[in-house]
Amino acid sequence: MTSKTDTLEVHSSTDIVLIRQAVRKWTAELGFSLVDQTKMITAASELARNALEYGGGGEVRFEQLEKSGRRGLRLTFEDHGPGIPDIEQALTDGFTTGQGMGLGLSGSRRLVNEFEIASTVGEGTRVTITRWK
Amino acid sequence: MSAQGLKKGRLAGIVGNHEAEILANWVGEQTAVKGRRGASLNESELRAQCEAFLRAFRESLNGAASTDVESNEWRAVRGMLDELSRARAAKGFSSSEMAFFVMSLKRPLFGLLREIGGDAQSLADTTWEATEILDRMALFTTEVYQKAREEIIARQQEEMLELSTPVVTLWKGILALPMIGTLDSARTQTMMESLLQTILDTGSSIAIIDITGVPTVDTLTAQHLLKTVTAARLMGAECILSGIRPQIAQTIVHLGLDLGGMITKASLADAFAVALERTGRTIVRVRTGPGRESTATAIGMDPPA
Amino acid sequence: MERIPILRMGPFLLVTIQVDLHDRLVVTFQDDLTEQISRTGARGVLIDISALDMVDSFMGRMIANIAGMSRILDAETVVVGMRPAVAITLVELGLALPGVRTALDVEKGMELLRASRGLRLGKEEDGDLED
Ligand SMILES: Nc1ncnc2c1ncn2[C@@H]1O[C@H](COP(=O)(O)OP(=O)(O)O)[C@@H](O)[C@H]1O
Ligand SMILES: [Mg+2]
Repeated sequence: MTSKTDTLEVHSSTDIVLIRQAVRKWTAELGFSLVDQTKMITAASELARNALEYGGGGEVRFEQLEKSGRRGLRLTFEDHGPGIPDIEQALTDGFTTGQGMGLGLSGSRRLVNEFEIASTVGEGTRVTITRWK
Repeated sequence: MSAQGLKKGRLAGIVGNHEAEILANWVGEQTAVKGRRGASLNESELRAQCEAFLRAFRESLNGAASTDVESNEWRAVRGMLDELSRARAAKGFSSSEMAFFVMSLKRPLFGLLREIGGDAQSLADTTWEATEILDRMALFTTEVYQKAREEIIARQQEEMLELSTPVVTLWKGILALPMIGTLDSARTQTMMESLLQTILDTGSSIAIIDITGVPTVDTLTAQHLLKTVTAARLMGAECILSGIRPQIAQTIVHLGLDLGGMITKASLADAFAVALERTGRTIVRVRTGPGRESTATAIGMDPPA
Repeated sequence: MERIPILRMGPFLLVTIQVDLHDRLVVTFQDDLTEQISRTGARGVLIDISALDMVDSFMGRMIANIAGMSRILDAETVVVGMRPAVAITLVELGLALPGVRTALDVEKGMELLRASRGLRLGKEEDGDLED
């Protein structure tokens, strides 16, 4: 069941800062522990940066979830950039086609409870992460 | 059961006009069986609670259009019951005792309704209304009570978890976390978070994690331990792992876990000696009397400025 | 323009990162810092991140870069004040910052720098930085 949603744009590095602040606010309201808040914010920062850097910008959708008494936050990052030709490879620790550390995708997957990625070359990329309280 | 519409304030009127009488009989009902709990609730306290309830009850009856105690009109009564149930849950009352608080109002109230009489239909209607309201309230009360108990238990469990992970200061700047018992991954995580927080709070740059009292370690737990050591290092503190049983050493090797640059020592005492050394201190034997040596005495010296 | 301030503390430089870092700020900062190290002959850099409530791989890379550049300029970097939640998250992310020294706070970071400098150069050189 979804009880609250919102969408933010990812078009500049200032937007990434705003997204981090929004994730802080949402997770704090959901009663996440400080460590869990930090994990979700960090994952969001990584994925927002990817959407900006590689996807040419996009948006992130916030959804507050409630399932059998547990509350959670789901974030969906979507861009209409070039897409990822080899997802397996992109998810490998240390793999980067840019100047990064290659930890954004693989690392943020470790920071959340659920991680989904769908990407089509020439169409874009969508990454969905969920963390439960 | 579906909520009924209230019959034009008859019940409200009766309760309003006979409040003192109802109160006296109701308190009487409850003190009659009070023996069960003994001293934990004195009569004046009980009387005050009943009085407050009756007042809220009458006020809500006046405004209420139905017996649906979940509706807004009954908010005052619910608030009062909520508070009372939580307070009693904390004092250790049982849920049936809590329900009895509401149910015991039935006898004085119905007795009064019968006394007042009137035509059979309105007596039946009013009795039915009162029954429905009181039953629903009793239900509400037990629900609140149960929730409050669950909260108390959850809190106690958390406190016990924290109590079972005591981080102690061995010396200025040196912490020890003696771990005892089976380590599941949730408990290890809690311990590790509290260790890191204590490192920060006390400004300790060395922490000894002693697992002498830990029979076995599974992969996940071992990984938590290693992650903690790495996180501590990022914060600027060093961890020493002590008391590794032979079996755990085997597990670590079998799992292919890399202890990296982590310091391991056979016993807590050995680890402590290393920790003292690292912080510029040393342990020496001193003579305390003529020809007598005291047992090991730690001498703390501040590192050279 | 917004800048990260670089302070002098005896023979060392102290950088306190308080703002949310964005790309342009980081580039300017790296320029400023390397320029200051070489101009003053500083032998150590303390980066205080106690105000940061998160560090992602972008900032992690910046910290690693600074440490690397400083080392080439013969200055040692110590990162101080990382919060527990940030440290736990960084480890999970996979970023353990190997080769970067750490300390609990600025004072302990200074001690660390003094000690290792003492080992390398002997005790004679305790003076202030050149201008
Ligand atoms: N939204 C995206 N669109 C296109 N390619 C992407 C996207 N996100 C990630 N990638 C690709 O996956 C690689 C790994 O990403 P990541 O793990 O975040 O590491 P880094 O950002 O350091 O390169 C990137 O170098 C890039 O090639
Ligand atoms: Mg990335």
